[in-house]
Amino acid sequence: MATLFPDGWTQFLAGGLIMGTGVSLLFVMAGIIGGMSSVFTTTLSYVTRAPHFQQQKFVNARSWRLVLAAGLIAGAFAWRIWAAPADGIVTTVPWWRLLAGGVCIGYGARRAGGCTSGHGICGLASLQLPSLIAVLTFLATAMLTAQVAARMLAR
Amino acid sequence: MNAIRLASVFVGGALFGFGLALSTMVQPEVILAFLQWNNCGLLLVLGGAAGVTLLTYRFAPRLLARPLAGGQFNTHVSVMSRDTVIGAAIFGIGWGLSGVCPGPAVASIGVGNWPVLWAMAGMFAGAWIHGSLAKAE
Repeated sequence: MATLFPDGWTQFLAGGLIMGTGVSLLFVMAGIIGGMSSVFTTTLSYVTRAPHFQQQKFVNARSWRLVLAAGLIAGAFAWRIWAAPADGIVTTVPWWRLLAGGVCIGYGARRAGGCTSGHGICGLASLQLPSLIAVLTFLATAMLTAQVAARMLAR
Repeated sequence: MNAIRLASVFVGGALFGFGLALSTMVQPEVILAFLQWNNCGLLLVLGGAAGVTLLTYRFAPRLLARPLAGGQFNTHVSVMSRDTVIGAAIFGIGWGLSGVCPGPAVASIGVGNWPVLWAMAGMFAGAWIHGSLAKAE
């Protein structure tokens, strides 16, 4: 266990169960099945006229998707007040890896129709075979990329 | 969308964000450790979240005629296509490079992990590139 979970495992399981409860609440209260990556496309619909962004499904969802994102920020902020270490949490991953990775994530998630929450949590929970294939595909390329990057680049 | 539904979306999102922070998914270092096979925690997060959600998606529509705050129960539709596989492969490259994905990127604002804003900016740029190249359906 110590090698599988060098930092312990309870925070992972507890966090996952709370996340599942949040996704469940969206469904039970509002009927919504929501991943997170759509918020980028729907928010861009406020500022760009390109036809892809002006589709009804994006325009109609853009306000509640921003509310969902605001909820994520508020929940994470509550954790910060309750339990964050005194010196805070600031990543040491270099800015260019974050930026370049972000571009691939934004493009890839929208092309794939979902990300780790959309395909990973909602898609798997709906027993959707395409989501399982998407999850296995991005796990494989992510592991390959992370391991190659760790060997080739000094962080 | 009425006020009760919007409030539910906010609270559901807050639980999601709290869980992301508690499970340390807002720390790219933990994601990268998982992807390098040094920490299996992410599987517990994904399994725990998907397990609870699976039960809800199964049983809520059987027990309730409609969502408690109105509307109707949606279903998740993912399509098997080249776009799904190619998009997922590109997404994975970005995830492996940065250790960030969309949910944790948004939640990182709440925990004050400010460098992750670089990834957020990239995600907006990537979604803009996708939408500018894609045809409207």
